[in-house]
Amino acid sequence: MNGVHDMGGMDGFGKVEPEANEPVFHEEWESRVLAMVRAMGAAGAYNIDTSRFYRETLPPHVYLSSSYYKKWFLGLEEMLIEKGYLTRQEVAAGHAMTPGKALKHGKFDLANVERIMVRGKFGRPAPAAAKFNIGDRVRAKNMHPATHTRLPRYVRGHVGVVELNHGCHVFPDTAAMELGENPQWLYTVVFEGRDLWGADGDPTLKVSIDAFEPYLDPA
Amino acid sequence: MSSDHDHHHHHDHDHSELSETELRVRALETVLTEKGYVEPAALDAIIQAYETKIGPHNGARVVAKAWTDPDFKKALLEDGSKAIGTLGHVSRVGDHLVVVENTPERHNMVVCTLCSCYPWEMLGLPPVWYKASPYRSRAVKDPRGVLADFGLTLPKDIEIRVWDSTAETRFLVLPMRPAGTGGWSEEQLADLVTRDSMIGTGFPRTPGAPS
Repeated sequence: MNGVHDMGGMDGFGKVEPEANEPVFHEEWESRVLAMVRAMGAAGAYNIDTSRFYRETLPPHVYLSSSYYKKWFLGLEEMLIEKGYLTRQEVAAGHAMTPGKALKHGKFDLANVERIMVRGKFGRPAPAAAKFNIGDRVRAKNMHPATHTRLPRYVRGHVGVVELNHGCHVFPDTAAMELGENPQWLYTVVFEGRDLWGADGDPTLKVSIDAFEPYLDPA
Repeated sequence: MSSDHDHHHHHDHDHSELSETELRVRALETVLTEKGYVEPAALDAIIQAYETKIGPHNGARVVAKAWTDPDFKKALLEDGSKAIGTLGHVSRVGDHLVVVENTPERHNMVVCTLCSCYPWEMLGLPPVWYKASPYRSRAVKDPRGVLADFGLTLPKDIEIRVWDSTAETRFLVLPMRPAGTGGWSEEQLADLVTRDSMIGTGFPRTPGAPS
């Protein structure tokens, strides 16, 4: 979707402001949100792409004015309600009113903590041969799905070069919508800065994205 | 999404907003617990791991090893996950970690323009600036401007390569080893490796500089 989350190349957000001796969490509730998001995902309530999609679908003014973990919280609450894990009444009351529904991987308890400290596996066996080779010129498609995609707007329509092949991976565009893993080849594609940003762009800049094969046409 | 109360406390707006968030977060955790989805002690354990075990010291060890062991460096640049898997206690790393090397000709910088993808296992949770709009919007268009915000200036003809983390690959920058560190041990070198130097928004500390 063409949401405000797709920020690459936007102007006007001001300076980057690093914080000296930044704590891991600024407020205790942030840490609870992080833990709940990780735990419910690991329990099988949703996949990582679906959770990203729920953050992206926050109204633009909410997305831009909420802190990072507030966005996580708002996305989590809405996702759990829509997927039927809890109700708005329960959230408002702060108590469960009916027993929980079954989770794919069961309750998230202490025995599950260790396994989520390593990222999940997204590589999958290849259903078909790769269409592109290292060094091929490819054009990022001019596509604008209203649903989740990982093809940022700033590269659409531009030509780049395939630099790395990462094998086949879960395809976020379908996984986010719970339409299956639909594995696709994943490539690092590198673009010249001036191709993306015009003649005034930094001539020393190259930018790469990791692009799934359905995002690319031969060029 | 409706708010429980819409009145504003004029003198304490930020505080009241925060309190409302705290209440909502607590309510959600209570519901998840009562419905039997999560064990609060398991949530505590996740938080404790991110607060105490997982942080940039993991990445710093990998960088220091690469600076002292050419075979390891070669393996690391070929397959980051596999090479790191051979190291003792930092071996818990997911697939598809790509390590990119800074050289006198090329400076690498990592961003996630779409959300906040970041090599957690190597660097811990990302800092606020990495997840915030200014960095995510500008890194791919004006990286030299972004580096200036960090007080960094690069030679004007050096190539800048920005890696936008748009998939489940993760990127770690291997910074250049500082001059004047000949004969240093891996442990000494690891102390020079900053988090930002592994994102590409900083350089390692130089010998003698305060840490």
